[in-house]
Amino acid sequence: MSMVRIDGLDVWFGRARDRVNAVRGAAFDVARGESFGLVGESGSGKSTILRALVGLVPTWSGHISVAGQVLAARRAKAFYKQVQMVFQDPYASLHPRHSVDAVLGETLSLHGFRDIDARVVKLLDDVGLGQRFRFRYPHQLSGGQRQRVAIARALAPEPELLLLDEPTSALDVSVQAEILNLLADLRQEHRLTYLMVSHDLSVVGHMCDRLAVMKEGEVVEIMDVDALRAGHATHPYSQHLLQASV
Amino acid sequence: MADQTLRAWLLTDTPTSRRHAKLSALYQGWLSFRSNTMAMVGLGILLALVLIAACAPILAPHDPFAQDLGNRLAPLGAERHVFGTDSLGRDILSRLIYGARITLYIVALVALIAPVVGLLVGTVSGYVGGWVDVVLMRITDIFLAFPRLVLALAFVAALGAGIENAVIAISLTAWPPYARIARAETLTIRSSDYISAIKLQGAGGLRIITGHIWPLCISSLIVRVTLDMAGIILAAAGLGFLGLGAQPPSPEWGAMISEGRRFILDHWWVATMPGLAIFTVSLAFNLLGDGLRDVLDPKAGE
Amino acid sequence: MTAPLLDIENLWVRFPSRQGVFDAVRGVSFTLGRERLGIVGESGSGKSMTGRAILRLIRPPGQVEADHIKLDGADLLTMSEAQMRAVRGQRISMVMQDPKFSLNPVMTIGAQIIEAYRLHSKASKSEAHAKALEMLEAVSIRNPERVMRAYPHEMSGGMGQRIMIAMMLIPNPEILIADEPTSALDVSVQRQVLDIMDTLVRDRGMGLIFISHDLNLVADFCDRVLIMYAGRVVEVCDADKLHAAQHPYTQGLLNSLPRLDAPRARLDVLQRDPAWSEAASVSGRR
Repeated sequence: MSMVRIDGLDVWFGRARDRVNAVRGAAFDVARGESFGLVGESGSGKSTILRALVGLVPTWSGHISVAGQVLAARRAKAFYKQVQMVFQDPYASLHPRHSVDAVLGETLSLHGFRDIDARVVKLLDDVGLGQRFRFRYPHQLSGGQRQRVAIARALAPEPELLLLDEPTSALDVSVQAEILNLLADLRQEHRLTYLMVSHDLSVVGHMCDRLAVMKEGEVVEIMDVDALRAGHATHPYSQHLLQASV
Repeated sequence: MADQTLRAWLLTDTPTSRRHAKLSALYQGWLSFRSNTMAMVGLGILLALVLIAACAPILAPHDPFAQDLGNRLAPLGAERHVFGTDSLGRDILSRLIYGARITLYIVALVALIAPVVGLLVGTVSGYVGGWVDVVLMRITDIFLAFPRLVLALAFVAALGAGIENAVIAISLTAWPPYARIARAETLTIRSSDYISAIKLQGAGGLRIITGHIWPLCISSLIVRVTLDMAGIILAAAGLGFLGLGAQPPSPEWGAMISEGRRFILDHWWVATMPGLAIFTVSLAFNLLGDGLRDVLDPKAGE
Repeated sequence: MTAPLLDIENLWVRFPSRQGVFDAVRGVSFTLGRERLGIVGESGSGKSMTGRAILRLIRPPGQVEADHIKLDGADLLTMSEAQMRAVRGQRISMVMQDPKFSLNPVMTIGAQIIEAYRLHSKASKSEAHAKALEMLEAVSIRNPERVMRAYPHEMSGGMGQRIMIAMMLIPNPEILIADEPTSALDVSVQRQVLDIMDTLVRDRGMGLIFISHDLNLVADFCDRVLIMYAGRVVEVCDADKLHAAQHPYTQGLLNSLPRLDAPRARLDVLQRDPAWSEAASVSGRR
């Protein structure tokens, strides 16, 4: 059974004359346990799909289902135990006045966990930060450390599906390698399904099993990463992207 | 040595407990505040004011209400009356000292009411948006459209003269700017990733506003309140001056100026001494506000 | 061999802070001829600070110190602020990462280019207008007349950056410092902008300092590369030999990149050696 099924998805912003169609008729499946990439340039609508999926953009139509459940306009609280997201910019995704402990503790208590102290410790260990970082504020952390905190927050409710919105594009390459390795390890340990957005073909090639190429709001091609590596892109736009990134 | 280790403990980048982290953050703020000399002067004056108000019975040389008609309008430096006496022979210094209590009382009450109302209205309006925003902001506009003192006058006239009513009147006219600031901040905070992230944990609007938006709005409001404090003291003094605030024989500074006005040409000190007191305290609040802005509002400092 | 355009010896940038003095750039020396010199490093390595220090654009309390920063033999460090203003833009130009912050949002692009041009030369309005059109064409903007009348927010990122380059090149500077000029752009646009910059720099015989975090880009685009780590230059090499770099830091950076043609289960993680930041800065002088 597929983890995510998206069919005929339209997402738009604004009304009437100002309406901008960010995504038009997108359709793809992500199998359980798979890592699926969405690739495209800025403005191609790839991040918008993630935002519509988690309910941050309410103006969409079409079919989205997660683990067989068709999504309605409002997300139930149980949905967020199943699906979590890691944002692009670790400098913007952590509250500047909340310590790491407060961020993780609040998330855990919102999801109804009781043994919060033990779980915070466990989460920090899971993402390779450890106890020393527990009471720091975001301004006392480097970009890579912040992204680890953001990943820990996303793991807190023990989700099955993790949405990754360019999780390493704001980081240095050496830190990117650490975060990508961490994400690969976590996926194996927690049997996660990844839906990852990136503009970087080599990152998607490294992390994903299959990918969809998007252009101006439409999915132009879905292919295996092996086909990508072998240079077997069929759509001219995919070929163009491939050329530009080698 | 013990000093050194405490300092190192407070300046650490690796706090070991919740309390440690809080104290460390406070200490860092205090250090950057302390480096601003003018702000420290302001803080010093205000601490002195609080001390004076608290120890008024000990510090005041005379009973502020005791009249001595034989010794009325004694000049500055007169025997037993350093700041002279007023038209009823009351010691001006003692009245100023007791008046500090009233000033602090007014300042504290207004500082509790106006920003809190502003914060509530502004953040709700900014976060919820839609028609709630429209309604709340139009109400704010209506309050903003009136000249402050005139509106306060109208309230006092309706509610009756007295310090409490003066405070309520001033607060009612003071909150709209705070609501505006809070709303503007909320609009930028609302669309940030960390608010999206907490929404993805299923957090409700109330939790987001109180736990995530308020902590970020409060610092700029505190700065604004301290900067406005001078205006609030002056408004209270103005109401007192017009006879609509504190009632005689209460030693409120504005009321004292009002009384001294009649003798301003021949006995200038009667009105000048409370005037200087108001000036000093207003200045202290302004200096403090400037210093706080540097500490709490890093955006303005850069 | 001709004398270098720019000659920097022992450059330090210091920021005093509560915990002591922080050295952002530590003893960097290099020369720049009529070539494309890349400066690569991670965030915080001091690469941008080096670029800004050359133009003395470090804000107080930051301090710039060097034995000398010579532009054609004249030391920039001893110049007055007025003389520096004549150098900035006129002889050394700088292109920043995000064009949105470098362009004035309430002026049309044409007006800004014309103003920039007339600041440096006493050309008439119509002359400046013609020059602006010519420059926009040079950066491959298809409809320059329309772009001249447009405001910055109507431009895409790639267009904005090309306009910035056009603006910076109008006074015909000897040196262009480009600080991550293409990092905010999509890959396909990136190439276009780089190609344009390349042609312009070659045709005019300018010196280019190209600051970037992207090793592959720099290896492709530059002639010579300085690799910076913790404020120091750890290695200097020819750009085409970057992939055969010797220093473990450079190798580590290269190995940590995921590659389409060489799939791996795990990426190599850079092991930082404290000795790297202690070693003396390698000179990039020729």
